[in-house]
Amino acid sequence: MVQELGYLKETASQTAGPYVHIGLTPNFCGIPGVYKSDLGASMVNDKTLGQRITVKGRVIDGAGMPLKDALIEIWQADAGGLYNSPAEMRGTADPNFTGWGRCPTSAEDGVFTFETVKPGRVPFKDGRLMAPHITFWIVARGINIGLHTRMYFPDEAEANAEDPLLARIEYRHRAETLVAAGTAPSYTFDIHLQGEKETVFLDI
Amino acid sequence: MSDRQNHKPETGAFFQRDRDWHAPALTPGYKTSILRAPQKALLSLDNTISEITGPVFGHSMLGELDNDLIHNFAKPGESAIGERIIVHGRVLDERGRPVAGALLEFWQANAGGRYRHKKETYLAALDPNFGGCGRTITDDEGYYFFRTIKPGAYPWPNGVNDWRPAHIHFSIFGHGFAQRLITQMYFEGDPMIWKCPIVNTIPDRRAIEQLIAPLDWSNTIPMDARAYKFDIVLRGRRSTFFENRPEGN
Repeated sequence: MVQELGYLKETASQTAGPYVHIGLTPNFCGIPGVYKSDLGASMVNDKTLGQRITVKGRVIDGAGMPLKDALIEIWQADAGGLYNSPAEMRGTADPNFTGWGRCPTSAEDGVFTFETVKPGRVPFKDGRLMAPHITFWIVARGINIGLHTRMYFPDEAEANAEDPLLARIEYRHRAETLVAAGTAPSYTFDIHLQGEKETVFLDI
Repeated sequence: MSDRQNHKPETGAFFQRDRDWHAPALTPGYKTSILRAPQKALLSLDNTISEITGPVFGHSMLGELDNDLIHNFAKPGESAIGERIIVHGRVLDERGRPVAGALLEFWQANAGGRYRHKKETYLAALDPNFGGCGRTITDDEGYYFFRTIKPGAYPWPNGVNDWRPAHIHFSIFGHGFAQRLITQMYFEGDPMIWKCPIVNTIPDRRAIEQLIAPLDWSNTIPMDARAYKFDIVLRGRRSTFFENRPEGN
């Protein structure tokens, strides 16, 4: 016999279901007055530093249909490459930038939209700089555990070429699934759940 | 704000997720997963700063009734219909440490099993005094509580006669974005739990049992509300034993 490690098991994930918006964006789905505004609806204000960008996209299922009941959250560094988080030990992030956004996909066309700033570069564990990126987390009916992925920028070819995460993708053409389309300040990032264009999702 | 600011934040990477403990993406018994399940292998790698960090939510953002679903949508002087319950517990990580300052958001059907949502088609009645959402933030010891009515079971289109057992949806923010979790809480003694295709996406019976809140008789408020206790465990994180000082000191 040996000592027991005594670790607990993580609570199992369950699908967010079709009514995730009741809980996470109640004002969006017709339950006004409980909260003043939906959390994560705004990431920037008039004083936020950096280049303003818009990121739009859809989450597309295996039949080619956009999900109209999904919820997306994003998390990113500020324009200077700092996270607005207590675990950020390298400095203090722009106080006028939350770094975190939450947006439901539209019930009409399935489009999500984030108004944010272009993130600066942050280091990989070994100190190399990663390319500018935005972390995405996707939940919806039919998704048993939230999907993690990243969006990189199409106008950062040089940084993308040396990015340690992109370099880990064995089939090189699949790395393109993490690079948005468009040009500054308007980018499009479609997330494909299945098929030839299936997005690279992360176990991270 | 909590005292969390007085503690040195942890910066270690999170424990790898046990993908055999969670439901797989493809679970044909839950039909919607079939076209929404990624089919290619996930790219596995250790956390970077992008996953170790995460947003903070202060207690100051909470309204007085945010954790009271019986009253937060009700007209003044009125309250939601249903069995009054308290749900409380702790948010811990896999090391058993409390997760202070965790944002919990919850949503649920009303006592008749009806959601307040335009896509909801179940014939059960809406309760004009019940919205179905609430939120709270854990204290320094990881404790939380809220008041609500016990949600009803309801049928859903999957098999011909599939019903969801009574449940409350939970969304949890820990300290790092990699800890992000959405799950569902069930109620002790409900025989419908084991018939539910969504529950049964989880392969390990122990993982399902961890989602079932026991009746907490000791915390039941006489003549008022019964209590259920639901503890939530988020991913643990490594200690940063020798990180950032590879050459000693």
